[in-house]
Amino acid sequence: MINLLIRRIFYAVPIAFGVSVVCFSLVYLAPGDPLQTILPSDASAETIALVKAAYGFDQPLPIQFLKWLGRVMLGDFGQSIATRRPVSLEVMGALHNTATLALFAVPIAFSTGFSMGAIAGCFPGSWLDRLLTGTAVIGVSLPNYWFGIVLVILFAVEAMVLPATGMGANGSDGFSIFRWADARFMVLPVITLSMVPIGIIARSTRAAVSEVMGQDFVSTLRAKGLSEPAIIRHVLKNALPQVLAVMGLQFGYLMGGSILVETVFTWPGSGFLLSKAIINRDVPVLQGTILMLALIFVATNLLVDLAQSLIDPRIRRT
Amino acid sequence: MKRVSTVLAAAALAAAALAAGLSGPASADTTLTVAMTAGDIPITTGIPDQGSEGVRFIGYSLYDALVLFDLSRSDKASDIRPGLATSWNIDPANQKRWIFHLREGVKWHDGCPFTAEDVVWNFQRILNKDSPQFDAFQFALGRTYAGNVQSVDKIDDHTVAFNMDRVHSLFPYLLPQIMLISRCNAEKLRYDRNALMFAPSGTGPYRYSRMVAHERLELDANKDYWDKDRIPGHDHLVLLPMPEASTRAAALLSGQVNFIEAPVPDAIPRLKAAGMNVITNTYPHNWAYQLNFVKGPMTDIKVRQAANYAINRDDVVELLGGTAIAGYTTAPPGMPYYGNPVKYKYDPAKATALLKEAGCYPCKINLAISTSGSGQMQPLPMNELVKSQLDAVGFETTLTSMDWNALLNISRGGVDKFPDFTGVNISRNLVDPFNGIVRHVWTGQWAPVGGNWGHFSSPETESLIGQIFGEFDDAKRMGLLTQLHEKMSEQAVMIWVAHDLNPRALSPKLKGFVQAQSWFQDLTRITVEP
Repeated sequence: MINLLIRRIFYAVPIAFGVSVVCFSLVYLAPGDPLQTILPSDASAETIALVKAAYGFDQPLPIQFLKWLGRVMLGDFGQSIATRRPVSLEVMGALHNTATLALFAVPIAFSTGFSMGAIAGCFPGSWLDRLLTGTAVIGVSLPNYWFGIVLVILFAVEAMVLPATGMGANGSDGFSIFRWADARFMVLPVITLSMVPIGIIARSTRAAVSEVMGQDFVSTLRAKGLSEPAIIRHVLKNALPQVLAVMGLQFGYLMGGSILVETVFTWPGSGFLLSKAIINRDVPVLQGTILMLALIFVATNLLVDLAQSLIDPRIRRT
Repeated sequence: MKRVSTVLAAAALAAAALAAGLSGPASADTTLTVAMTAGDIPITTGIPDQGSEGVRFIGYSLYDALVLFDLSRSDKASDIRPGLATSWNIDPANQKRWIFHLREGVKWHDGCPFTAEDVVWNFQRILNKDSPQFDAFQFALGRTYAGNVQSVDKIDDHTVAFNMDRVHSLFPYLLPQIMLISRCNAEKLRYDRNALMFAPSGTGPYRYSRMVAHERLELDANKDYWDKDRIPGHDHLVLLPMPEASTRAAALLSGQVNFIEAPVPDAIPRLKAAGMNVITNTYPHNWAYQLNFVKGPMTDIKVRQAANYAINRDDVVELLGGTAIAGYTTAPPGMPYYGNPVKYKYDPAKATALLKEAGCYPCKINLAISTSGSGQMQPLPMNELVKSQLDAVGFETTLTSMDWNALLNISRGGVDKFPDFTGVNISRNLVDPFNGIVRHVWTGQWAPVGGNWGHFSSPETESLIGQIFGEFDDAKRMGLLTQLHEKMSEQAVMIWVAHDLNPRALSPKLKGFVQAQSWFQDLTRITVEP
């Protein structure tokens, strides 16, 4: 197990480096220029040159990359062009806000999706299967920003029982999930954010469970006279590694924040930060956020690998 | 087990949410809460970013400039008025030297007195890269307005002189964009820009109270403001960035905010039905295409005129739900230098005839457009409509769409760098005569130096601009500007389409807002009913 852990961590290092190269390069492949938005629309070439030099964007890209990587290794992600605050502060603040949503969205999505998929998979072809699978398809198919807007219209504009946007009167400073005045701002974003993972997890679970249900060992268990609940327990355990992989990806999705959902609800999370950084070409924030999110994905996959091998010993041997 | 209890807690939370009523804490204070279109809070360290919205909400709230715009009336275009300077004049002995007489008795929010040294220090901050207070970001934001200033001298405690690199009669019109910050405060904070962001000090009608980065900026009324007519009629001003239009509308309808910027046309009937006041007014905005005068069909005036005759502007206004007026010229009617310009009213037959006369039929053109952007209104449907109208008279229009940054890149690069585009669709503000009209046709502003993207030039406009810069009599200069504006229309220097009407929606509890014909607005006159 220790060897597996070391091996997986070792694999993660080149992936993280590759991600850093890609995320540094990608922002320069897009048309436009860093500092583009902070400069007036008719800024002269002389003005652009002076500001570029002041921000260090006049140096060759490989030099910029090496300097950036050197700083990142020491935990310094640079400063936001737009706000001048340290990128690490910006990203950590945004990740914290996204994690606040994920704290609720993850259990809701995972438990609901898994339950729906497991029930549907245990009774393939039944009306219950069709109902739950149909619901899951709707969850996956509905554009979540549209769904969010509909929720806002219903609960904030028409019924006026929930707020439409933001994190409340204190903003993220002093926001508490234990205070209803604050927590009610989370309700609509959490529900919106949960929809897609519920659908995806339900469908994956259904596929995995129904596949396991068709295997010979299930017939053997049934022939041995094992009770249905006990059989289902065996089936779920065998389906779990497959479902865990999907859950890992969805966890990364929820931790990454949804640009669209966070924009609709003006929720100051990592998705919203990313969207602003893209619009403003705030390169240091863009690079820092992408890198952090990518590292979260890498770490999540690592944890999923370990969890899978704990559940299924066969994986440890591969 | 923990997971189950968390899920149950979340479910209970959601269920309770559906059942609970909305009730806010009672307060005797009144608060104006504004949902801006900006994606972030504009910077608070002097000249704001986020375009004119930054100047509107941060600049004119926290700060003052030497010269301000008069935003007290809605029935005529805003003109400049004294701000931290009470008067100004050109040095009789030197036409490159402007003298500004400063207002006495003004204090910064930190209590320090406003002095001539402060003015010199502020301009060093954006002009002199060797000064300790130099700020590259402020330099970038102020360069368009202070680019011709060589140096600033203190004459006495209440008088300063600006030494210009050329004779520049329009200079006072550029100063309302240069906000002044407290030197005292900056020195106390050791020029730490991040600290300055969270502890700004100006002389404006609002004082900084609190900011949650990216989320909200809270300001308090400055009851000691030097201009007694602009002491805010409410206690607090809260500014929220809210880039998504439907979210702004929902926030207003649900009572989270009481003032929203730029509701989309589709939302206006719903807002009106809920009793919101939707306010529009003309202001100096121009939605048009700047053209390529170096290469391609637009070098021929007949093709430019044909393109203008091809546009059915009434259809564009209808598309925008009446939130714009037809644009036939660079300046909208009502601007002091509007004059009596040629109007290319919709005449498709004439447009086709002109194209055939020019020998460009069908006439292939390639327009660079953006998918969104500051002041761009509804760029995609508007451009599609314009394309269909142009193609109907004999153009073969290619729309090359890109994001706002990419379009800005093309705009700044100019026609030499991007010769294959026939035109660029960038909305322009006409806050001052220089940026409104002069820069688009002056050879001194050929991109990449400035805003003349397509390198237009003509001996007549060049001569007029020379006279404008050298004319210090206001009435005579206005006459020259009017001639320039008329000449631009005669030359069909752009394809003009629309002027935005700048819609805003206000809660019925807000009273006293006067929507000035300006990119900036005065929020201080607003009172908020409990």
